[in-house]
Amino acid sequence: MRTAGLFLLAVLSAGHLAAQWGGELHLCLYGEPRTFRPELVDDENSETVRYLTGGVLIRVNRLTQELQPELASSWKVEKNGRSITFQLRENVLFSDGTPFSADDVAYTMEVLMDPAVHSPTGDAFRSGAGPVRAVVQGKFRVSIVFPETVAGMARLFDQVAIQSRHSALKEQAVLGPFRIAEHKPGSYILLARNPNYWAMDHGRRLPYLDRVRLEIQRSREIELMRFRRGEIDLISSLNPDQFEQLVGERRTDIRDAGPTLDYEMLWFNMNPSAPIPSYRKTWFASRNFRRAISHAIRRDDLCRLVFHGHAQPGIGPFSPANRFWFNQKLKPHAFDTAAARRFLAADGFRWEGSQLRDRDGHPVEFSVITNAGNRAREREAAMIQQDLAAIGIRLNVVSLDFASLLERISKSSQYEACLLGATNVDLDPNEQMNRWLSSSADLPWNPNQKTPATPWEAEIDRLMRAQASTTDSARRKQSFDRVQEIAWDQAPILFLATKDALVGVSPALRNAAPAVLTPRLLWNVERLWIDRK
Amino acid sequence: MTKRRVAAVLLLLLFGVLLAAEHVAPYSYATQFRDAPNARPSRSFPLGTDALGRDRLSRLIYGGRGSMLLAPAAALLSVGMALAISLLAGCLGRWWERGAMAMADLSLSMPWLFALLAIRALLPLNAPPVATMLVTFGLLGLLGWAAPSRVMLASVKRHLQSDFVLLARASGCPRGRLALVHLAPNLLPLALAQFLVTTPVFLLAEATLGLLGLGVPEPLPSWGGLLQELENLPSIAASPWILAPLLVLIAVVGLFHLLVSADPYSV
Repeated sequence: MRTAGLFLLAVLSAGHLAAQWGGELHLCLYGEPRTFRPELVDDENSETVRYLTGGVLIRVNRLTQELQPELASSWKVEKNGRSITFQLRENVLFSDGTPFSADDVAYTMEVLMDPAVHSPTGDAFRSGAGPVRAVVQGKFRVSIVFPETVAGMARLFDQVAIQSRHSALKEQAVLGPFRIAEHKPGSYILLARNPNYWAMDHGRRLPYLDRVRLEIQRSREIELMRFRRGEIDLISSLNPDQFEQLVGERRTDIRDAGPTLDYEMLWFNMNPSAPIPSYRKTWFASRNFRRAISHAIRRDDLCRLVFHGHAQPGIGPFSPANRFWFNQKLKPHAFDTAAARRFLAADGFRWEGSQLRDRDGHPVEFSVITNAGNRAREREAAMIQQDLAAIGIRLNVVSLDFASLLERISKSSQYEACLLGATNVDLDPNEQMNRWLSSSADLPWNPNQKTPATPWEAEIDRLMRAQASTTDSARRKQSFDRVQEIAWDQAPILFLATKDALVGVSPALRNAAPAVLTPRLLWNVERLWIDRK
Repeated sequence: MTKRRVAAVLLLLLFGVLLAAEHVAPYSYATQFRDAPNARPSRSFPLGTDALGRDRLSRLIYGGRGSMLLAPAAALLSVGMALAISLLAGCLGRWWERGAMAMADLSLSMPWLFALLAIRALLPLNAPPVATMLVTFGLLGLLGWAAPSRVMLASVKRHLQSDFVLLARASGCPRGRLALVHLAPNLLPLALAQFLVTTPVFLLAEATLGLLGLGVPEPLPSWGGLLQELENLPSIAASPWILAPLLVLIAVVGLFHLLVSADPYSV
């Protein structure tokens, strides 16, 4: 963390010395933003626009992963995590010149918590029964009071773009470094600098750039082509094949920023009412079977061949990129066929020639569904297929269109195993509540349990609730470390690989410091500048 | 005629090679040489290896076997259905004819790709890859009857006006006999032409599905699946040998078209 801090300091210092003002940054969005209303943001494209235009009270620094003051000059969590008080910066104006005050924070919270708005951002603030209230304590002091303790409360405000109560432009009046100047649906969004942005550099208001042009471009191949031609300045997410192509071209404008929070995973359907043969349900419900499969998979080969070395073997729901919450004691399940065979033998599995059979004589064969058209995932499936064949298991790979796949995993439960990827957008385990609570509809292996099906699932429930009900970081960490240990031991999800952040940045773009958190290259957009020499 | 013979001989030779895949291909299509991914062509791997270290030549041969056997089979099914429907509709009268054509129009206007996706999504998950391949081509065959049936029905109607049909009717020939004994043999050259037109269409349809990742499941290769590597245009310049499946597909489709264009009954 200290190294990252020093790097950030070096980057920003360099910016101070030589920054050039003006210019237009070009990059691609992978689709049309669904909304420009910050409280309704629920997709990556809208989130990018919100990040570039919205002013927030506190920001999670994407490089150091620490909280840093933005519109709030200081803050204090009080009443055992049930209240947070912000001291706001004075003399700040919205992009249209409307003054910013505590009343705007209160208005923003009213909008977020309005049940009629259905704000996804607001959902994160609903800690329990009862209203979330904003108490204005002065023109530049405001408290947000919650009905129950909210762990990691301050980080939630990273997503809250403050809106003006009084501006006639409503959400178009912004406090972030840029404002939306022009939007041609399906083609581009032009952002112009906010002339009233609060942050300064040597007496001049940031950002350095005059404009950011977001080209709407769904095709990653065309995006890469335009990057090669110099028509766009950065790519936030290259796939490993593209990255290797650029490496082959000896380009110096690409970087592997290290492990992200994104991972590839495989899980078994453990839903007792799933329409699959009961003997297979018995296999999938067995820890020994799941561990055997995990030890039979060569994760190193997956990372080397599928991701060209730009991935790390998966360990758990958080990768080492999450510096605080990752459980450092855990290591990936090792490739070990002897261990796999021991786990299987312990459950009464036996081999007839090269074919594995269960204790009732059923040949061990199951299917894994995955989404069609994802080359990396199809390759992963083919490799796992060969790895499992080595211990006598036949794996049938079924590629489905995404709608059919979702229908099977979320509604009909008509599948045996599923190979998919997951993205963590937040560092805090609270974001993962829906992926771990046994009662959750989003629990991958056995959703919507009335009561936990197993003692270890009950223990995960208890620990997840415990970490969510305290503001003591050490206790929270202890609880979530234990959740990671149980997940490692029981293997309800086999974490296969954690992908690296692969980015492309024009050499002319200065102060760019790729982070593993999104937005990877735009997190310090107000300090990016283009070297025109 | 010479062109047709050359095309036929080349196709037969190709069939021969593909049928003997086990003896001709250097390796199994599924074997992964993980220490040699993306290898350039060499004596060990004449067309190099793919990202997982699988021999491209072996996968090209095995992939071709499936496509080249099943596309003609699907075409046979389509043309057989078209022949039966056009004979029935032609012989049973005007309302049947209108009904058949309405069905053909409906079938032609249907977005078959989505229909195929929907039906494939209903397949049992543990269906072996070969069964999935059979079902895919079977569906193509079942969905492909409409276009040939329109051509054949036109021909049936033309034949119904001819003297030999009038003579057969005058001598009290029943409808079934008229269709099977008098009309069907006269439609066979047209059916052959339709078969030759439809086969490459199905080869290309499977290639489209393969490109979308919805063709033949892993580890079984198909030409369509092998074409996925071509999505990455810049990599073609660096490794042009990955064009091999495309060139073979173009050659095969071209040979089929050569057979059709040299056919006096071609349409």
